[in-house]
Amino acid sequence: MTSSNSFLQEPKGLKSWLVTLDHKRIGILYLIGISVAFALGGAFALMLRLELLSPAKDFVGPDAYNRLFTLHGAVMIFLFIIPGIPAALGNFVLPLMLGAKDVAFPRLNLTSWYIYIVGMIMALVAIFTGSVDTGWTFYTPYSTQTSGAVVMMTMAAFVLGFSSIFTGLNFLVTIHKLRAPGMTWFKLPLFIWAIYATAIIQILATPVLGITLLLLVLERVLAIGIFDPAMGGDPVLFQHFFWFYSHPAVYIMILPAMGVISELISTFSRKKIFGYKAIAFSSFGIAFISFLVWGHHMFTSGQSELASMIFSFLTFLVAIPSGIKVFNWLATMYKGSISLETPMLWALGFLFLFSIGGLTGMFLGTLATDIHLHDTYFVVAHFHYVMFGGTVMAFFGGLHYWWPKIWGRMYNEFWAKISVLLVFVGFNVTFFTQFIMGAKGMPRRYWTYLDQYTRLHGFSSVGSLIMAVGFAIIAVYLLHSIFKGRKVGANPWGSLTMEWETSSPPPVHNFEKDMVLTHGPYDYDKVIPRDN
Amino acid sequence: MDHSQNRPAYLQHHFSDVTQQAESAKLGMWVFLLTEILLFGGLFVAYSIFRSWNPEMFYNAHKYLDVTLGSINTVVLITSSVTMALAIRSMQLGQKQKTLALLWSTLILASVFLVIKYFEYSHKFHLGQLPGKYYTFTGVEGNNPHIFFSIYFVMTGLHGIHVLVGMAVITWMIIKTSRNKFSSEYYTPLELTGLYWHLVDLIWIYLFPLLYLIG
Repeated sequence: MTSSNSFLQEPKGLKSWLVTLDHKRIGILYLIGISVAFALGGAFALMLRLELLSPAKDFVGPDAYNRLFTLHGAVMIFLFIIPGIPAALGNFVLPLMLGAKDVAFPRLNLTSWYIYIVGMIMALVAIFTGSVDTGWTFYTPYSTQTSGAVVMMTMAAFVLGFSSIFTGLNFLVTIHKLRAPGMTWFKLPLFIWAIYATAIIQILATPVLGITLLLLVLERVLAIGIFDPAMGGDPVLFQHFFWFYSHPAVYIMILPAMGVISELISTFSRKKIFGYKAIAFSSFGIAFISFLVWGHHMFTSGQSELASMIFSFLTFLVAIPSGIKVFNWLATMYKGSISLETPMLWALGFLFLFSIGGLTGMFLGTLATDIHLHDTYFVVAHFHYVMFGGTVMAFFGGLHYWWPKIWGRMYNEFWAKISVLLVFVGFNVTFFTQFIMGAKGMPRRYWTYLDQYTRLHGFSSVGSLIMAVGFAIIAVYLLHSIFKGRKVGANPWGSLTMEWETSSPPPVHNFEKDMVLTHGPYDYDKVIPRDN
Repeated sequence: MDHSQNRPAYLQHHFSDVTQQAESAKLGMWVFLLTEILLFGGLFVAYSIFRSWNPEMFYNAHKYLDVTLGSINTVVLITSSVTMALAIRSMQLGQKQKTLALLWSTLILASVFLVIKYFEYSHKFHLGQLPGKYYTFTGVEGNNPHIFFSIYFVMTGLHGIHVLVGMAVITWMIIKTSRNKFSSEYYTPLELTGLYWHLVDLIWIYLFPLLYLIG
């Protein structure tokens, strides 16, 4: 395969990248954006953990601490995790997996990226003009009273929401209309099913966040009184509105991750995926239930006991489709010929950590235990096990899996494996400790703590440093591989999905010929993958 | 890549044929309209909650909305939906001049709607029926009447912004039509504009009774 006409080389020049309508380049633009956000959010997290090394004031005081955890949350959620897998990896691989030449609306795709960048700049302006100390949830009445750049940060999230909606809309139409001949619904790769379910949530939930944030801005600027009890309004209404989006939003974050894991597990087990339809439909099950559980964030908000009981029950239902996925992945691996290459290591990490994250969710969905655990480090740990142990692990798994497809070059596998290990160990040291602290009653969002938590906090902080080293190594070898990595062929992992049938990196229009599906995405029992 | 034979200029490179392109565009627009409904959905929920808490105040406050002007505006918007639909029909028949005339009519009716809305708003500003803490009017009986006007202004304001956006898009369509970008073969952007415009109309059809006709 010659790479003389790859999308990386043609057309040339910075401007050609900034006005590109090529989904592959837009994917890379997103990758740059989310990497900056991940580094920034990670730096905020490190500062938090360093402050928590001891109960005394080590680096920052209470006000700066409140701002740091707000920024860590807002940056990681709105700028990294939500666009992470769909907009960056999804943009690159979704049309390739479908055998399409591009997404349905390439101009809208580029617009989404610019909207994302505008949102990112607005968030940065907010950080440097007074900052925000409300937490990423912007709860009223505090968010309408505190000083700082709440309006700017809220508008940033509002703008980023549009970027997310447009991406979801674009992918949904692409999946409907641009599949290669022969690619029927049940021959779609499971990553596509996951992205489809994600798109539905993005489309249905994000506008509600939009109107909520708009009302919050109006509340702050014009004091319209809708969330202000002194004026006949209701602050709990804000919580309802906020979580009606933000609970489904955590599934916007995790569903694409589950899609990635399906690809990785099947590829590196050399085995047909077990329970294809069950995995596909469970994504929709999760998407559906996600709209009915928002009240479980509000068990202590004073909502009625009946409402809490119903929300608790519905929350437990999420365990069913999640469990279906995990068991099907395990069944896929059973008697497969598993090869422990880097992407698979991330996937295995996902399985361990996501399971712990999911199971601890049960503790929080139970009304009685939640009263004890609410607003403690237990919640923080649970959330990170799902979002970091789940989504971030899958994101890096997917990144390492498709990296040779993107650049046509392979990273250093030795250092890649070392860094999976560092991140996995560092993560557990950091966050498993927080389960224990939370169960012992350590409340979240405080810059200091009682002496009895000193050892656990110190242990947790050490873990975060181990993770930081892991990510630093990843940054170095990935960047190195772009220029110096070993060149690879079209299909280095021996996968059967369509993106591996074109050269690495792919040509400008994705494929040299019009694609027709000749075998299912996981037919490892029938087809021997080729690396041409 | 061979894109040469039998591909009209308006067909983008990544679509295999005209039907695929048109169907994709329409599906995308319908999905976008769904997001618009959910955007307003939050406001409809807020309306329902506050009205159920303060039924009498809502009844008393709604009397200060001008039903006559509201009715005229309803007729104006519905008529503009008709002219929009006819504009698309004219282009399907390849009648460029008629399409232009109908698009201009739609644009003018939209401006009439906003002018009437302007008079309604300024009258309320004058009386001090402003949202939230700027509310100074004393004539409404019941608790927190400013909440009604907050909701009124947010809902009709957001709708008004959508009318403005619609006017901008219709203007763009007028420019494209007069530059011969459309034909009886290709008029998808006109259809999409029509879909959007009907939604703006539809939302008003819900806003009007909910705000003006309580009781």
